[in-house]
Parts: sequence; C-alpha cells; structure tokens
Amino acid sequence: MTQKFRLENGGLINRDKKLSFKFNGKTHYGYEGDTLASALIANGVHLVGRSFKYHRPRGFFGAGVDEPYAIVQLYRNNETEPNIKATEQELFEGLEAKSVNCWPSVNFDIGAINNFLKIFLPAGFYYKTFMWPKSFWYRIYEPFIRKAAGLGVASTKHDKERYEHKYEYCDLLIAGSGPSGLASAYAAAKNGARVILAEDKPRFGGSLLTSDVNIGNQSGEDWANGIIAELKEMPNVVVKNRSQVFGYYDHNMLVMSEKVSDHLPKTKKHHPKQRLWYIRAKEVLISSGSIERPIVFGNNDTPGVMLSSAAKEYLKVYGVLVGKNPLVFTNNDSGYETAIEFKKNGINPIILDTRVNPQSEIIDEAINLGIKIKFSYVVVAAQGYKKVCSADIAKISDNKKQLGTIENIKCDCICVSGFWTPTIHLASQSGNKTKFKEEIDAFVPGTSKQNETTLGAANGIFTLEETLKSSFTAGQDLSKKITNKDNKISFPNVVEKISSQHDKFWCVPLPKGKNYKRFLDFQNDVAVSDIEIALKEGYRSIEHVKRYTTLGMATDQGKTSNLNGLQLVSDIENKVVPAVGHTTFRPPYTPISIGAIVGREVGKHSKPTRKSPMHSWHEKNNAVFVDAGVWLRPRYYKQGNENLFEASKREAKNVRTNVGVCDVTTLGKIDIKGPDAAELLNRVYTNAWLKLPVGKARYGVMLREDGIVMDDGTTTRISENHYHMTTTTAQAANVLSHLEYYLQVVWPELNVNVVSTTEQWAGAAIAGPKSRKLLEKLFPNNDVSNEGLPFMGYTEAELFGVKARIFRISFSGELAYEVNVESDNGQFMWEKIIELGQEFQVQPYGTEALSTLRIEMGHVAGSELDGRTISYDTSLEGLISKKKDFIGKRSLNREAFTSGDRQKIVGVVPLDKKTSIPEGSHLVKDAKAPLPNKKLGHISASCWSVEYDNPFSLAILKDGKNMIGEKLFVMSPLKNKVIPVEIVSSHYVDPKGERVRS
Amino acid sequence: MLHIKCPYCGMRSQNEFSYGGDASVKRPELNKEISDEEWDNFVYNRKSLRGKHLELWQHLSGCRQWIKVERDTATHEIFNTYKADEEISQ
Repeated sequence: MTQKFRLENGGLINRDKKLSFKFNGKTHYGYEGDTLASALIANGVHLVGRSFKYHRPRGFFGAGVDEPYAIVQLYRNNETEPNIKATEQELFEGLEAKSVNCWPSVNFDIGAINNFLKIFLPAGFYYKTFMWPKSFWYRIYEPFIRKAAGLGVASTKHDKERYEHKYEYCDLLIAGSGPSGLASAYAAAKNGARVILAEDKPRFGGSLLTSDVNIGNQSGEDWANGIIAELKEMPNVVVKNRSQVFGYYDHNMLVMSEKVSDHLPKTKKHHPKQRLWYIRAKEVLISSGSIERPIVFGNNDTPGVMLSSAAKEYLKVYGVLVGKNPLVFTNNDSGYETAIEFKKNGINPIILDTRVNPQSEIIDEAINLGIKIKFSYVVVAAQGYKKVCSADIAKISDNKKQLGTIENIKCDCICVSGFWTPTIHLASQSGNKTKFKEEIDAFVPGTSKQNETTLGAANGIFTLEETLKSSFTAGQDLSKKITNKDNKISFPNVVEKISSQHDKFWCVPLPKGKNYKRFLDFQNDVAVSDIEIALKEGYRSIEHVKRYTTLGMATDQGKTSNLNGLQLVSDIENKVVPAVGHTTFRPPYTPISIGAIVGREVGKHSKPTRKSPMHSWHEKNNAVFVDAGVWLRPRYYKQGNENLFEASKREAKNVRTNVGVCDVTTLGKIDIKGPDAAELLNRVYTNAWLKLPVGKARYGVMLREDGIVMDDGTTTRISENHYHMTTTTAQAANVLSHLEYYLQVVWPELNVNVVSTTEQWAGAAIAGPKSRKLLEKLFPNNDVSNEGLPFMGYTEAELFGVKARIFRISFSGELAYEVNVESDNGQFMWEKIIELGQEFQVQPYGTEALSTLRIEMGHVAGSELDGRTISYDTSLEGLISKKKDFIGKRSLNREAFTSGDRQKIVGVVPLDKKTSIPEGSHLVKDAKAPLPNKKLGHISASCWSVEYDNPFSLAILKDGKNMIGEKLFVMSPLKNKVIPVEIVSSHYVDPKGERVRS
Repeated sequence: MLHIKCPYCGMRSQNEFSYGGDASVKRPELNKEISDEEWDNFVYNRKSLRGKHLELWQHLSGCRQWIKVERDTATHEIFNTYKADEEISQ
C-alpha cells in the first residue's frame, strides 16, 4: 500500500520509521510522528465517521484539539477507549481504531436515513417528539435514543492502567508553547522564576511550526527549537508536551492532563498512562492561541471540507496533501498561506476570496506564483456525499446578499478560512469578563479576576512582532514581581508578512430553491435552520438557544461553532454580537478520561486501611475480616467448615458460659487533660461529671445542639486532671472535632487539651463469667477482686513487665474488663490472654458475636444512634441531668421530643421463635392492610439470641413504651417476608444488670 | 480548590480543611433562660448570604485549629483569616 497523498519530502515526521495500523479492520501505513488523522489522509481515507444526529458522512475538519468530528474508538493493548480525536491520537505500531456512530459500517450506515427524515429532526426534536404518551418514554423512546446517540462505547472492563495525580506549585504557569508562550517562558525563566510551560501537542512551537516567518535570522521552527532546548536545561523550568491545561479553578489552581503513554503501543512498566497535575500558580499566562473560524455554506460538513490552517498543518508538519485539486475559500489572507504552500508542492489551488479588491504582500506573492484567484466569490455548496467532488460557486454582490450565476467546478477538497477566534476558554473559566473586539469579530479576555494574563493570538493579537514583544514584556514584568530580578533580553529581529483586513463575511446565503444544510456546530449537528427555528419558537437567551439546539455543547465546547452561532442569533435578532453575549465556557476544555480524574484512588487505594496491632494474629487464626469504617476488624474466627452464623453463635455462647476476648483497639480514644477537664465533660455529656472520683469510669451520652444523640461511650478519670474518653469506632473523628470546636470557638476560657490516642493504645475486651479468673492469672500482682476493682472501676497494672490499664466496663453485659497496653505491646498482650486463658476455654470473638451479645442485652450502638434518635428513644433518658445545662439540652423540650407516643427502643421476638428477622424491616399492625401500609417502626439490629436460642431483634417503635406485649408484623418487601412478632423489653437478657456487677 | 491561609500554618489547600458554618453565630450562654425563637435561630436559622461571609473552618489535616475565614460566597475571594479567638475589627 502506498501513501498516495504523502509528499516525497518535507514535514516533521520520521520517514525512517514506518508504522502499520488498522482502521476499520483495514491495514494502512504511516510514519512515526504522524497522528492517526495525518496517516489516514496520507492513505486517502477521508470518511471517518457518521454525524451525531443525521448520520451524515464525516471526515476531518481540523488538525488538533479543534477537531469537532473525527472521533474514533481506539483499541490499545487489549483495551478500548471511546471519543478519541483522530487528529490528536499519535500513531504507534499496531494501533487499531474504528469509526463510531454508524451501523453496520461507516460506508453503509442505516442511521443515515435520519438525513432524509431531517424534517422530523428539527431543533428540540427530543422535547417535541418524545413527550407523549408518557408511558412510551422508558420502554420505547429512551432505548431508541440511547442506541442512536452517543459517540463511542465505554469499556465495561476494569481499567488496569495506572493514573497518577501530582500537586505542583510554580511562579508562572504558561499554557501553550506558541510564540507567546515561548517568549514569556523564556523571559520569566531568565529572571529566575519557577516556570511550567505546557503544550498539548507532542511538538512545541504552535503556529511557528507552520508559518512562514523569520525570527533572529532563523526560521520560526528553528527559533522555537532553540528556545525549548535552552528552557529544558534550566533547573527552574518544567517543560511538558502532550499536556493540556484544561481547567482554571479558584485561587489560581489549574489542572493539567499529561498524556504520558497514550502515544505508545503499551504503557511501560511502572509508568502511568496519564498524569493529572494540580498546579497552584502565582501567575498564569494564557498563550492558547486561536482557532480558525469556518465560513458557513451548503453541505459544509462533507468530508474534504476543512479548515485551511489544518490543510497547511498536514502539509508542513506531516508532509500530507489533503487533496490534489484544492479549492481555498477565504475571507482573509490566511487562506493564501495555505494556497501558497500547495503551490510550492506542485499543486494548483484555486482561491475564492469573498473580498472585492484586497491588497497585501501575501496576495501579491500568490498572484506572482500564478495561483488562480477569484475575488467576490463564494462557495455556495459542496457537492459529493462521502467526499467532496466539486463545488457550486458563485459571485456575490458587494452587499453580500445576492448570489450570481452558479457555476460548478471540480475539486477534491475545500479549505475554509473565516478568520480567527481567540481561544479564551481558560480566561473565561477563571472568571474573566470577556469583551467583544470589533476588529476581529470575536471575544477577547477583559478584566482579569485572578492572576491571569492572556497573550498573543488568544488575546486577539495576530502579528508575530507584537505578540513576541508583549509576551517578552509580560514574562519579564511578572517574574520580576516575584523574583526581584531584572535580566534584560535583547529582542530578536522579526520578519513576517503583514496581512490585509479580513472581510466580516461568515455565512453564504442559500440560493433560490435550495435548502442545503449549512452547519454551525459539526459535532452536535446543529445547522442554521435549527437556530432559526429555536428563535422562531421564542428562545431568546443564548443560554436557552444553546440547550434547545445543543449548539456548542458536549466535548467540543463550541471551539469552531461558537462565534458563527452568535453571529446568526445577532443577525436574526438584529442585535450586535456583544449584546447577545456568549455562553459559559466550562472546564474541561477537552475531554479528560475518568481514569485520570480518579487517579490512584481506586478500590482499596481509595482510603487507607487501618489494622490493629493484633492483626497478624487474627490472620493466622483464620479470622474473616469486615470493613468497619477504615478499619479491618475480625468478623469471626472460622473453625473447620463453620459459616458466619455458626461461628458467631459459638463465639457468643462461649462468652456467656466461659470467657472470650475481642480486639477493641478500633474504639475511638481521646486523652483529655487540664484543670477544666471535668467541666468540659459536664457540658458535653448529658449526665453529671463533676463528682466522678479518680479511678472510676462512667458511661456518658453526648448530644448535638439539636438534641439528637451524637455518640456514647465511657470516660475514665485517670488522675485529678486527666481523663480517658472512648467513642464509638465510627464517630471517633467527629467527636474529636466536636470537642475541639467547643474548646477553641465556644468556650476558649476552658483550660483543657484534647488529643486522639486511638492508635496509641491496643485494646482487648475480656468478657464472660470466667474473665476475673483469667485476669488474676494475667495480673497476679494486682487486686482484681470485686472489691478491689468493682464495676466501672479502673486501675493501672503490670502485665508481665508491660504497663497496662484495666477498665472494668462491659459491652457484652457479662462480667468484663477492657485491658489497654501501648500499641507496640498489643500482640504480646493478646498472646498472653490466649495462652493463660486456655484453662478457662478462652476463645477470640469477632464483631458478629460482639453484636449478638450487645443486642440481646439491649445495649445501643450505631444502628440505634443513627442521627435521628434522642435519649428517650434509646432509653438513655435516665442519664439526663435535670440540674445542669449541657450541649443540646435546650432542644429537648421541643414539642416533637416530648410528645407522649414518642418512638422508643423495644425488643422483637418472632412468634414461631424460628424465623430470623431482616434488619431494616418495618413493623406494621396489619400485614394485609392496603399499601402504603402505615409503618410503626423499624428493626434496627437483629441477632440469634444465644441465651434463649431463638431470633431476637431491637426495634425503634412508635409509642414503644406502651407496646410491650403487643403482637405486630415485621414486613420486609425486599426479602419478601411477613413475620408475626411479639414486642418485648429491649433488655432481653439479664434485665437487672446483675452479671456485670458479679 | 480554595487556597486558605491558616493563621498557624500558612497557605494550605482547601482539602486540608473542613467547613464549619457561619462564624457570626454565637452559642447562647449555658444556664441562661432564652426564648424558643432565640434557640431556634441559634440551632437552625442561617443567613445563607451572597457576598462577604465570616465563616469557620477547621484545619483538620493540619494543626486541627478552628479558624475564621472571611470569604465572598459568590466569588470565593478570601479577604482575611483569623484565629478562632481573635477580635475582628469590622
């Protein structure tokens, strides 16, 4: 296969390295340095896809980020990626790509029938057509639209690539490496500023790579290469290609996507595929250049119609001809540059210039080269279906309203230039109020809101000399402010051709009797007629017109369509463009992969995993772990073929009959010190704290200011001004913030310090009737008798030479102790407990047994303290002091909190004593009542009572206080269960609490 | 992402902080008789204004201090930051 449209010489590609690739299953060849687009054009392939709505054939329109429709599905290293612009994807050996939005193939697309039904697909057709009957939406309309729309297919496989995030700070961030970016970066770097220069393309230099200019007696390209080489050597400069600054956020935070590996057949080992840079810059220089604007004419979406700047780039960078019989349609001098480039390569272009009699150096050059030029001429319509084969052209009157006789001339491409649109997306995203610049019919940045400066073409400056001058100055001045250095740079001599004034012509009128589609937005298939309909139907605000017609939406963000759309609206409305205003530019400027946004925070990497010091023992002893917040806790310890139910029952039963040990390291622990510590506790908890003696623990409940229970736990007085607070695992962080808030903001006069010690202490709960006997073995030198260490007592002790704290507290409802040692000694403590506990049949128990034990005791936990319950609801109202004030107390006399039939915690037992009750089920009076059946309460926690060997649940039930003994039904539509139950006391086991005191 | 100057640590990114609401709200004194309306205003009612707003933030992943931030809710401009107990002259 020959590359029929590749020039013999020229371009910046590496002709020594030939690459093979596949497009729609067919093998082609290109060179290293090609994009997929340039390689396809070199092979004469111009049909790449079908359009979004009408499924019209679509080719290439641009040569880079400006491309609205050459979007392909990419296959790389056994993975697939949608929405890749062929003009941005670099070619690599073995690349595979397919057309999107067409079925069964790009050459024969059934959806193209939409093109003939276009009368039924006007602006807003979704809203009009699919409105009724309502029931059709889910079954018929939506599936149809989903199938018809969309530009690619997302992979459903797990993305195995690695994506990284990087945080960076710099003095100057410069977005774009064209003349203004290079000049400002160079000047700032010479002043010692820390500079990041970002270029979205693989090659640096921007327009210098394609324009015929001379800087300091060098070609533009050589000058650019020299500057880049120098910058790369400087330690204060980071130069990045393939890196798009796509978003400008608050406080000069910009985000840049670096494509590290997308140009390679496969990501190198230990490398990321892409890297997202969060850059906080002191100053931002936007040198994003400009994008050529199309002129609107009939069938201007036909493959072969493209921007003249793109045609020039394919020629100069890739050595590729977009056609051998080109027509250049222009309203300014830029089209001439493209025509001259064709001519220099032995091709004879024809120029149609909308202007009457323009005069400039470059026009003279074209005339001297013998290029055929037709002034006051326009392209009325492109002819050809899958590729341009000719053009209908006509003379246009001086007032640009009347067309002369239509002639047809042969051509194989139409290169369009409608002047230039500054790329102001970043400036606009930063909050810059843009202004309309009459001379160039476009918006440019106005007053800066953040520390941002826009340079060169992005600021509407289209001469090289002025661009370089202002950019050198900007780089110098801004860096001087930061580094206080002032290295003057001599300004190079610039040679360029001066252009003549462009023509403000942007849309060719329709000839009589023809209704060619004239497209404004190529990506979203929005034509002139769609905007006309929207306005006729009463849409006025440009933001509404945008949403109704989809103009300027999606991944394109109006790069080539925005201004022509505004021109049309202002023409119809008889307004000027600035009065219409432009729609909001939103980040990202170009599509960013979800992988890059997520970064490495995938799966288990999304948050740290916390493990207790005894974790490896649990692992060795067949623990099955469960996520408890960020902690990994043993759920149960599997013996033989046991399942969860059997194991947890065994473990809980062993606690009730012998002794068990549970890892409670994860409980939140807060160390509280200071002369006002007791006063703080007294204000934070609902019960009284001022008289707690040293060496005693107390259970406390804390509320939010709105009266809802926030957390519970025990706090122990270690010494006169020293307390040890425990919180639930889940609320540990919130409780600490809560205490800090009151100490720092509300009551700064309290002399108290709080600090988290959760990770400093390893904790083991030793529970069961034989726990004291085990404790006597563990602490032979300490008095752990009922008198020496009574219920809610505390003592410091020594565990075979290791300092320990013993708290006599109980969550299981049995005689129980909690032993804490410093984390490093956790494993030692645990092994000692297991070793010395053998004679008392000690067994470790996990969170499942722990739950069972607390549920049948009626002890509340997170599922009851769920952010909706007050003390009364959870039977903790006995702990509310009447004598003192505390956080949230004033809320407790709210009407809803004091009403007689307020919800309350109860126990629930199935009548058959067999059927287990699903958590979250509702309690109802009548199982057969019509829906919606009135809910009286819900099941908050369920277990299999090991004490009575039947299911038992806790529930929060309306008027629970008076419901004991009632028969109700538990309903779980989710599990399809209806269970007759009896309401009992929530204290199912040992209601008097004798065991903990035994 | 906002850039917030912690009075203790200097300029830090927003993701080190957590938002704590309107800093002008004063908790009623303990043990003081107050009307339902006053309490209601303290617990629930916030101005939710557009423009300059004095608000609390906690430097959660830093020094853990609660600080006051004067921020424009519409533009995100931060005019000043203060320690929680600092007197602010308006």
